[in-house]
Amino acid sequence: MTELDYYCYLRTLEAEPIEAPMLRDAMIIFRYQLRLLLREPIWIVIVMIQPLLYLALFAPLLEPIAATRGFPPGDAWQVFVPGLLIQLGIFGSMFVGFGIIAEIRYGTVERMRVTPASRFGLLLGRVLRDTLVLLIQATLLTLIAVAFGLRVPLVGALITVGIVGLLGISLASLSYAAGLWLKSEDALAPLLNMVSVPVLLLSGILLPMTLAPTWLRRLSQANPFSHVVDGARAAFRDDLGDSSLVIGVIAAAVLAVIGMSVAVRTYQRESA
Amino acid sequence: MISARGLARTFKTRGATVEAVRGIDLEVAAGEIVGLLGPNGAGKTTTQRMLATLLEPTAGEATVAGCDLRRDPVGVRRQLGYVSQSGGTNPAAKVDEELVTQAQLYGMTRGAARDRAVELRATLELAELGDRVIKTLSGGQRRRLDIALGLMHAPRLVFLDEPSTGLDPQTRANLWSHIRALRDRRDGTILLTTHYLEEADALCDRILIIDAGKIVAAGTPAELKRRISGDLVTFEVDDTARALELMRGRGDARDVTVTDRGLKVTVDHGETSALPLMRILDEAGVKVGALHIAHPSLDDVFLTLTGRSLRDGPSA
Repeated sequence: MTELDYYCYLRTLEAEPIEAPMLRDAMIIFRYQLRLLLREPIWIVIVMIQPLLYLALFAPLLEPIAATRGFPPGDAWQVFVPGLLIQLGIFGSMFVGFGIIAEIRYGTVERMRVTPASRFGLLLGRVLRDTLVLLIQATLLTLIAVAFGLRVPLVGALITVGIVGLLGISLASLSYAAGLWLKSEDALAPLLNMVSVPVLLLSGILLPMTLAPTWLRRLSQANPFSHVVDGARAAFRDDLGDSSLVIGVIAAAVLAVIGMSVAVRTYQRESA
Repeated sequence: MISARGLARTFKTRGATVEAVRGIDLEVAAGEIVGLLGPNGAGKTTTQRMLATLLEPTAGEATVAGCDLRRDPVGVRRQLGYVSQSGGTNPAAKVDEELVTQAQLYGMTRGAARDRAVELRATLELAELGDRVIKTLSGGQRRRLDIALGLMHAPRLVFLDEPSTGLDPQTRANLWSHIRALRDRRDGTILLTTHYLEEADALCDRILIIDAGKIVAAGTPAELKRRISGDLVTFEVDDTARALELMRGRGDARDVTVTDRGLKVTVDHGETSALPLMRILDEAGVKVGALHIAHPSLDDVFLTLTGRSLRDGPSA
């Protein structure tokens, strides 16, 4: 192809703008980012290790507690594994912002901003990559938990993995927004710590909030993640008609929408 | 190709307002290589980033490659190849991954992008490196890759921000030949920034000297040098007093100073004035031992315009 052919080619592009270039751009970035990740798959394993440790070293402690008054319905595994999955959803995706800070430094973020690619597409491609990784991790974790002794209906497990995916979209987006905004690892790390610990403690992930005193339970209800956890637990005990499941799915979906809009806005503002 | 009026940008940092660019007018015609020359902090990169849609101007208007900067930034992006100062490659990616992804973001198909990558690697001495991980490339190879990335979609207009900063002299000379070839090969337009006089001198058809956010002078390298300080013709003569008297009467000698062994005469064109001046001295019986013509450097130009040397480092 000669230079002239390229000119003509670009002219045709200008003449007939593609209607949905956003998705096309997202897929380009998705494939690019996935290839980079697969070159260093060690990160996928590292993120998996934490929930596996919880599964092996913490879950056994729950067996006796499951008999306590106030413990929610379902056996210890059915209560704990959904919590672990949500935890994976939160912690597996909230650190992706570090990646974009590195890319800001490499200059790749800016280079792609100067292309005509859709800003939303550039962001969505990354988030989709992170979400795919998360879905694989969540599926693996569930399968391993089954090997440990978990009994879970297939539909409930699939719904929960879907919820984890929504959380991944939300938190990966927010993390990218924070990374783009702060542009420094030294600022992002304390921010994530500050946010993640209360979110974790007030979500009933580790121990169900039904065990909590009233004031703590009220406080946890202000945390959208606690509703997501409740929803996932309902799904795990096959209680598909339970209102907490509906609320949980809605909470996760709203979080995903909020996360994406904050991130797109940040992306547009930071690139002026 | 570029037309800007009153382009300005202020930054706010901790309450203080910094005027990085204070009202720049510039015109770049198709096919030109134009250089923005100035010390670090002069506003070169800020100007270029505004024209590349990366920074919103606080004031002013510009048309870049036929598209209005404010109303049609996507149109500008489509036609522009931008190579930033620090480059823009992920060290963990492979050369062709970056090249192909980049071209796809400009709407090219994967196949067309692959062909184009092969073609550009061949012209930029990266032919065998398509499958190499970028962190294993040398500095010069990485810089050529940055440029290749900016050229993937065959843009009509290319911005190069400090193209050869951080390269050793040999690699720099090699890069220059590639940049010149870029212009010669097709009717491309290049706007580059640099704080290297040699670079501006070697590459640019026209130079805009920028200092403290303003363009202080514009012209071809030769014009600028001539306009600001003229050429210096030095004669070694035996009778300086007589020579001085003869030179003073000449219209084209703008300034004459006496040194221990001769005269320094400032003229517009060293080459055209030197021989006539020597003939006058000769006819009057003044013996000329040696003749030397010196052209001012761009640094002299900059010094004259701003009272500072480009080499002093960042401006305040």
